[in-house]
Amino acid sequence: MIGIEHYLVVGAILFVLGVLGIFLNRKNIIVILMAIELILLAVNINLVAFSAFLGDMIGQIFAMFVLTVAAGEAAIGLAILVIYFRGRGTIAVDDVDRLKG
Amino acid sequence: MIQTLAFYLFAVLVTASATMVILSRNPVHSVLWLILSFFNAAGLMVLVGAEFIALLLVIVYVGAVAVLFLFVVMMLDIDFSELRAGFMKNFPIGVAIAVVLLTELVLGIGAYRAGALQLGAPTGDAVPIPGRGNIDSLGAVLYTDYLFLFEAAGIILLVAMVGAIVLTHREQKATRGHQNIGKQVRRNPDEATVMKQPEVGAGVEL
Repeated sequence: MIGIEHYLVVGAILFVLGVLGIFLNRKNIIVILMAIELILLAVNINLVAFSAFLGDMIGQIFAMFVLTVAAGEAAIGLAILVIYFRGRGTIAVDDVDRLKG
Repeated sequence: MIQTLAFYLFAVLVTASATMVILSRNPVHSVLWLILSFFNAAGLMVLVGAEFIALLLVIVYVGAVAVLFLFVVMMLDIDFSELRAGFMKNFPIGVAIAVVLLTELVLGIGAYRAGALQLGAPTGDAVPIPGRGNIDSLGAVLYTDYLFLFEAAGIILLVAMVGAIVLTHREQKATRGHQNIGKQVRRNPDEATVMKQPEVGAGVEL
C-alpha cells in the first residue's frame, strides 16, 4: 500500500531535480524560472501528502497559497525578463550586471 | 492494487518529465514537459483525495503559468544555443550536489519512517468533514479561519497583475489619439450642455 513516505520521496526527487536544473542551466533564466516552478510543485506535493495522511485540511490550504505566490512570481519574473530583453537584446544571466552588485 | 499501479505510473512520469524539463535543449520543449509534469502531479494529488488542489494545479499552472511561459519563449527572439554554453562544465558539480541533497532528504524520510522523528500532531481544528467532499471541507476552513490569508492572497495576485502591466506597458502616443485626461476631468455639466427650446420648424443654432 502507498504510504506517506512514497509521496515524500517523489517530492524530494522533484525538489532535487529543480535544484539541479538551476545548476545546469545557469545562463538561461527561462529554464531557471521553470526549475523554480518544479521546486514549488515538490513543496505542494509534500503539503498535500501530509494533509491527506494526517487528516488535516490546513496543508491543502497552504498548498493553495503556495500556488498563488508561484503564479504571481512567474508573472512578475517573466515581465522583468521581457523588459530586460527589450533593453539589452539578451537574457544571459551572466550579463545582468547593471546594478554592479 | 490499481492505486499502487496508478501511483507508480504518475510518480515515474512526473520525475521523467521533470528531468526532461531541465535537460531538453529547446525551452519550448521544456515548457511542454513542464505541462506533462504538472498533469501527473495533479494525478498524484487526486490519488490521495485532494481533488480541488489537483484541479487548481491544472487550471492555474497549465492554463495560466505554462501558457505565459510559452508566450514569452516564443515572443522573444533568443539564441538558445548560446545560453547552453557551460552546461557540460556545470554538469559534474551539479549532479554531485543533487546526489548529496537527495541522500540527505531520503535519509530524513527514512528517519521519520523509523520513528526517530516526531512530527507535530494535527490540532483537530481542520479535519475533513465526514461524508462531504474535498471542496466542502476546504471551504469550511478557508472562508472562516483563513479568511484574512485568503484576502491577502487576492491582494498578492492584484499586485502581481498591476506590477506586470506597469513593467511591460509601453506608451504609444502616435496611434492612441490625443486624449487629455486633465481636460476631460475638468469638464462639468454646466459648461458641457446647453438647454434649448426651439420653435417648431425653426431649427437650432449652436
